[in-house]
Amino acid sequence: MEIQSDLKVTIRVNGVAVSAPVQAADSLLDFLRNQARATDVKCGCNQGDCGTCTVIYDGKAIKSCLVLAAQADGKEVRSLKGLMDDPLMQSLQNAFLECGAVQCGFCTPGMLMASWSLLQDNPNPTREEMRQGISGNLCRCTGYKKILDAISLAAAQLLTEHAAAGHQAGQALGRSITPGRESYQASDRLDGQARAKAEYLLLGGG
Amino acid sequence: MSITIGKGIPKVDAQHKVRGDTIYADDYSVPGMLYGKVLRSRYPAARILALRTARAEHLEGVVAVITAKDVPHNELTARFGQSTSVGVQFEGIYRVLADQEVRYFGEPIALVAAETPELAEQACQMIEVEYQPLEGIFDPVTAMEQGVRQVAEKSHNIASHFKIRKGNVEEAFAHADVIVEGTYQVPYQDHAYLEPESGVAWVDEDGTINIRVSSQVIEHFREVAEVLDLPHSRVRYLGTWIGGGFGGKEDITVESFLALLAWKTRRPVKLTYTRTESLLTHSKRHPFFMEYKTGATKDGRITAVQARLISDAGSYSALSPWVLLYATVNAAGPYHVDNIWVDSYAVMTNTPVTSAFRGFGAPQVNFAYESQIDRLSRCLGIDPLELRRRNFLRQGNSLDTGWIYDRPVAICEAAEKAWNALGPKVTSPNPRVAIGHGLGAGMCSYGRLTFLHDTSRSYINLELDGSAVIRCGVPDVGGGQGHILCQIAAEELGLPIESIKLFITDSQLTPLAGTTTATRQLYMSGNATLKAARVLRKRMLEKASQMLCVPVENLQVQAGKILSTSQPEKSVDLVPLVNRMSTEGIELFVEAQFNAPFTSIPASEMIEGQIHPDYTFGAYAVEVEVNRETGALRVPRIVACFDVGKALNPVIVEGQIEGGGIQGFGYALTEDMKIEKGIIQTPSFAEYLIPTAVDVPDLETILLESGTGLGPYGAKGIGEPPMVSIAPALTNAIFDAVGVRITSLPATPEKILMGMLAQEEGSE
Repeated sequence: MEIQSDLKVTIRVNGVAVSAPVQAADSLLDFLRNQARATDVKCGCNQGDCGTCTVIYDGKAIKSCLVLAAQADGKEVRSLKGLMDDPLMQSLQNAFLECGAVQCGFCTPGMLMASWSLLQDNPNPTREEMRQGISGNLCRCTGYKKILDAISLAAAQLLTEHAAAGHQAGQALGRSITPGRESYQASDRLDGQARAKAEYLLLGGG
Repeated sequence: MSITIGKGIPKVDAQHKVRGDTIYADDYSVPGMLYGKVLRSRYPAARILALRTARAEHLEGVVAVITAKDVPHNELTARFGQSTSVGVQFEGIYRVLADQEVRYFGEPIALVAAETPELAEQACQMIEVEYQPLEGIFDPVTAMEQGVRQVAEKSHNIASHFKIRKGNVEEAFAHADVIVEGTYQVPYQDHAYLEPESGVAWVDEDGTINIRVSSQVIEHFREVAEVLDLPHSRVRYLGTWIGGGFGGKEDITVESFLALLAWKTRRPVKLTYTRTESLLTHSKRHPFFMEYKTGATKDGRITAVQARLISDAGSYSALSPWVLLYATVNAAGPYHVDNIWVDSYAVMTNTPVTSAFRGFGAPQVNFAYESQIDRLSRCLGIDPLELRRRNFLRQGNSLDTGWIYDRPVAICEAAEKAWNALGPKVTSPNPRVAIGHGLGAGMCSYGRLTFLHDTSRSYINLELDGSAVIRCGVPDVGGGQGHILCQIAAEELGLPIESIKLFITDSQLTPLAGTTTATRQLYMSGNATLKAARVLRKRMLEKASQMLCVPVENLQVQAGKILSTSQPEKSVDLVPLVNRMSTEGIELFVEAQFNAPFTSIPASEMIEGQIHPDYTFGAYAVEVEVNRETGALRVPRIVACFDVGKALNPVIVEGQIEGGGIQGFGYALTEDMKIEKGIIQTPSFAEYLIPTAVDVPDLETILLESGTGLGPYGAKGIGEPPMVSIAPALTNAIFDAVGVRITSLPATPEKILMGMLAQEEGSE
């Protein structure tokens, strides 16, 4: 779609500067989906209610439908695609897979961004803090339990890895998205167990 | 020793979904694409006196404007996928665009295709519609009366009527020790899938219309072809991964509009509804008005149930007759009752279209019959679980249609397990908080009505490197409908799941598998895939038997090889085996069809005998905390227990129960769709409140595996059943806490508070 407009903005999307003309009323979400082709950012309501368009904007998780494209001129935006190499995001993606936190998947990119932002700010959240952290993101399929389980699992893994990294400085944190066969075990999914395991490791056990 | 069955293997589609790679309907664009927009009625009931499109057509950038007169076949008989006529009481009109009259607020009147979405919107505003408002009919109960204006082109507003007559209720009530009567009302519910209705269409070089759309039913290519007066073979559906469906993408949404615009402009067209448009105008769950009378002996044996059900069928009948039929068949619930009388009516009004929604008539009556049981339990002083135990359906009992249910029924065990998991009730340390426990049990069919003669097809072929491709026209709404076929094929063919490529939902390239509705895909397409895989497996074993000189019965398929059980040194790897088969011209592909049991079409409004292939049974037990001063409600615990037959993938099964349970939680407590004179007053997620993560507890799931289902490996369907039973469990718990009987959903704090205030007044 070609836009006739004198207003041109440049926004860094996942590390790449995208310059395009915009209409005054265009939202950052419009810009991301239509100009930057970042279709991993979803549009579920365009009214700030559902959270499917959540991105990291100037370091904070925001709903991109609530920001004007013009406002975002010169800013840095990251969508899920911009965090593919990030160890925390990879942990979350793995955990979402293993815990069965993905059904239709339409809320998933936004939910991953909200979860990532939550764990960035608070690496060891309580279940209640996790609920608060994703309360701006609607999911109609899962009833949220498996999403919360996934966040717990990723948090626990992160804590475990930090503990391990303490002993072996410089160890790489990257991992494959495809989980190993052993990770299919249902018992590993449980929030409490995963947390207990992480705490045990943190305290120097194992 | 299952390889993949019974394992919580991550879904194949979840892999691309967590990477943000999934291309949903609106994520797809085609060069040179136009944007579609729908002009909708501003009145719930009006005559269209004039429709002037010239100004819109002349707007630069507008490529097409379409009204009813431009639609080759604007009116069709609404179908439910049946290939033969099943009688007028199941029929209604599917009208693409309003012609002389509009029947509901938001009814489509005209379509525009333009170079930008903004231009399309602007053109819609430039179309002049002259309306003559008509008296709106908004209340289905009064709409049934004689002399009321007719909403549709019928002699009355009753779209459908069904009856159940089992035993003799009059006599049973005359002999009953106790009779409980209640009136119940359940509201609209919006599917609120996070992906709004969307699609892109284009016309091929050979004149075939391709529609890439988020739909639960790719077989709608037939209806769309009829709308355009084209051969069925000239319309092709390319289904997408669906961003939630729940029944709301079962009827045609954007497809006819897309096809018309692409056909007229000969350019690709995209059409995506806004959230407001979706909430205001797409189909909803049927509101029901229900009168129930239940008779029992003093030792708690239910002897009679009489029910009168009135459903608001909205302005076009859509799937209302079918939903009504399901409600009728479910009206007495999972109980053995000798005397049952049901009269049910679907009534047309000038309100939004009501149609399919997860549960399909079962949640409505379930709220009523489980409230009745709870009332009976209070009235008789018998514990709610014990009262149900004395009446639960057992193998060999007859359902309300008289059909002898000759399969094991684990409803009693499910209710016991859920209730016991809740544990004893404690008193809150906070004197303002009252704690209550509630139980809800229920049943829900899986598989389509047996008289619709349901079938599904699936295709598997082995590649020369030992990988495999499944082709199956199964729309995937996120419940693992596609993925589970991979697990089944992997199990039977001894392949790792990663080496199976799943290809779904192309109406011209995948064998048609039927709709992703009615909790039927695991049952139907699972069985079709199992059948195909077993034929292929047999061919592999026969060839291996010849190569290894080991009888077939002594061979097993395991992790990419076929080996002898008696002489383990004798084995052949899959790759050389497949290549040998290929060289010898043995077919490496199978397409199989699975047929559900068939019965004959009901001859009249009297519903008798077998209606569904089978049922899934389950129960919820919940704990609530009610604030005695404000009516505010907190739900600390929900326990669900369902007999799933066999959990082929326990993580997916739990996910269905957790998600269905929370959707039912919203129905019961938070989703308050306000409608005034046919116009929805809550058209956003800020007003229509679906549960968020902070509103709900972690739903606890207990799976029973009786192994008695009709699906592969004894599985039952679990897509819709979890939507049933949670609402009455919650309202029964509210009664247990504060003695307020909620008879209309949602159970808002206001209703609870008003109930408590009424009690105080009553006691003063």
